[in-house]
Amino acid sequence: MANITEKIAKQFPAASVEEGNIPLITIDDANWHELARMLRDDADLQMDYLVTIVGMDWTESLGCVYYLMSTVHNTMLAVKVATTDRNRPMLHSVADLWAVAVTYEREVYDFFGIIFIGNPDMRRLFLNIDWNGYPLRKDYDENPELNPVSIENERQSDMTDVWVETSDGGVEKKEVEIFKPEDFVVNIGPQHPATHGVLRFRTALDGEEIKKIDVYMGYIHRGVEKLCESLTYPQTLHYMDRLDYFSAHNYHHGLCMLIEKAAGIEISRRAQVIRVMMDELSRIASHCLFIGTYCMDLGATTMLFYALRVREQILDIMEKTCGARMTFNYDCIGGVMQDLAPDFVDDVKALLEVIPANLKEYNKIFTGNVIARGRMEGIGVLDRADAIAYGVTGPSGRASGWACDVRKIRPYSIYQELDFKEIIATEGDSMARFKVRMLEIEESAKILAQLVDNIPEGEYCVKVPKLLKLPAGRWFEMIEGCRGVFGVYLESDGSAKPYRLKLATPCLPLAAVVDHITRGMKIADLITIGGSLDYIVPDMDR
Amino acid sequence: MEVTTKSMPYEAWKDNEYIESLVKQLQESGTNVVVGTFDKLINWGRSNSIWPLTFATSCCGIEFVSLGAARFDMARFGWEVARSSPRQADFMMVAGTIVNRMVPVFRRLYDQLAEPKYVIACGSCAISGGPFRKSYHVAKGIEDIVPVDVFVPGCPPRPEAMIYGIMQLSRKIKVERFFGGVNRKEKQDKFLAEHPVAGVED
Repeated sequence: MANITEKIAKQFPAASVEEGNIPLITIDDANWHELARMLRDDADLQMDYLVTIVGMDWTESLGCVYYLMSTVHNTMLAVKVATTDRNRPMLHSVADLWAVAVTYEREVYDFFGIIFIGNPDMRRLFLNIDWNGYPLRKDYDENPELNPVSIENERQSDMTDVWVETSDGGVEKKEVEIFKPEDFVVNIGPQHPATHGVLRFRTALDGEEIKKIDVYMGYIHRGVEKLCESLTYPQTLHYMDRLDYFSAHNYHHGLCMLIEKAAGIEISRRAQVIRVMMDELSRIASHCLFIGTYCMDLGATTMLFYALRVREQILDIMEKTCGARMTFNYDCIGGVMQDLAPDFVDDVKALLEVIPANLKEYNKIFTGNVIARGRMEGIGVLDRADAIAYGVTGPSGRASGWACDVRKIRPYSIYQELDFKEIIATEGDSMARFKVRMLEIEESAKILAQLVDNIPEGEYCVKVPKLLKLPAGRWFEMIEGCRGVFGVYLESDGSAKPYRLKLATPCLPLAAVVDHITRGMKIADLITIGGSLDYIVPDMDR
Repeated sequence: MEVTTKSMPYEAWKDNEYIESLVKQLQESGTNVVVGTFDKLINWGRSNSIWPLTFATSCCGIEFVSLGAARFDMARFGWEVARSSPRQADFMMVAGTIVNRMVPVFRRLYDQLAEPKYVIACGSCAISGGPFRKSYHVAKGIEDIVPVDVFVPGCPPRPEAMIYGIMQLSRKIKVERFFGGVNRKEKQDKFLAEHPVAGVED
């Protein structure tokens, strides 16, 4: 890493580099776009994957922290860009370099009011166009009278803003149409069974062909990041259950791991093993539900009943230990909430026995079916380069040939010691995304089989102070959720509450890519493609 | 008079006083014998085939999916015909958080349900905003938006709790008078008069 930071310092004297686990480069906005281009294109760097953009309000300045990763060299880098203008903060957009940045920058604009010069679609993402204020700024007025709950229909616009630099160095706003006047626009959602939650697609059609989709989100935006800022660290944990409710354990694991790292808490081997086993059980349960609902979308309702059979068995195992079927709140800072139930080992063994037979059954009923193949093969093809540019991770990214499993590329917890394969397909179509998930169930079962007889004795939770204070600083951690990379960014000012907690969830890029991969496809394929991406709407909206 | 369903003994219900007082009220206001019999027949049919609208915003919706699958099997009670169009549904199971942007859509869905219609607030988010109550973008309970018939607490409620909630609704339907003016209808009209939607005219 040292030679890379040297190289950057040489080319950009204005940049300052802070070494660390992930080096942080601070640069002014004028040089930012040029640096970004170098980071992406330089052969030694090749930062082709934009992990997330964290909007920040440091009170004296507003800005962003960009987390970048190289899929070639497997290195990570953070870049901090800030502006002191609070009335009309502006930064340069990187949407031309990383496709997913269009959506990430819209999110930052929505929360902090930072305008990105050059972003082709500078609208609010989650909140209404009439919303007063920018909620994640520290001086945001939370008075409900300013933004009341209203049963009046929200005002919508078919125009979007683009801010461009003029020749004299100034910046001007241009209005651009989202759809052309001759477009035939059909509205799908927000209440529609095929959108898997309250998501809305404004779809421009040419006959049966899709010309463009405007993904309209925010129907379940609950402001989790802002809520976390007023809670102590252990209290923030319970929101992790309610983002992607299928990856509840994995998300808990991610945030706990981050807080433990920041506070310097070592957790016992037993707790590590329990956490990993719970993560993998969640993964199997989640993929089972995916198979069930996806097949239901394609008209094979029977599969739902078959797939939920295994899921219910897993939920029983979790219920015995955690006491709940869905929102477990099991991982805590220092380990896990309570010890395993006495029959945990037997239950897991019983589960492992039935999984192979079940998978065989699923394949027999559905995978080889001629209708299923006709509807899935070659539909919604996403190639590797686009998967990286759009930040499509998890099984969907791996189906496009991108090895993006955090358990392999940046192993955490005890994953390094475990023997499992990273499932990668190259077709990139809906069928590949389906098959990757099927095979991942097998791999998760393999991990469970390795651990079930080797759960070490010891304490399940170490003692942590009741009022946990973290030292001032910033941390970033990634874990593999059931749908992709879940990143947590935490900035602490030394108090018992987080100064900023950013949850970089995998489903937002999954929704952002829908427009790209559905173009030119038939309208009926939208259901196939959306289902195969397997996004969870509360996870993208947060 | 015992108001009960086939699948659960009368003593197992927790709020028999409420339903008894409702029956007493109806009787005191002079229920017509003939109409009463017709009501009974019609309500027998209605209370055993209440169709839900598939409407889920978050976690509770997944438990609703489990409810439809083989283990909890709501088909036993005649609720399995989940409709995607509000025009064909009898009740709305509000499973999940309702946020500011969703409120107008949610209200429109309710207005589109055909009469007689019912609402179940399922889970703590729908009841009060739940863990997100303090958020800037969450409605603090759906009671201010639509009239609610049954509340099912939990985060999310277990499928058994949901079954109990819908059975409670089916019991409520049983004591209603389908013909003639009825308590519930008046309450609903009053609510809608107090919470009008601008721009929507009959």
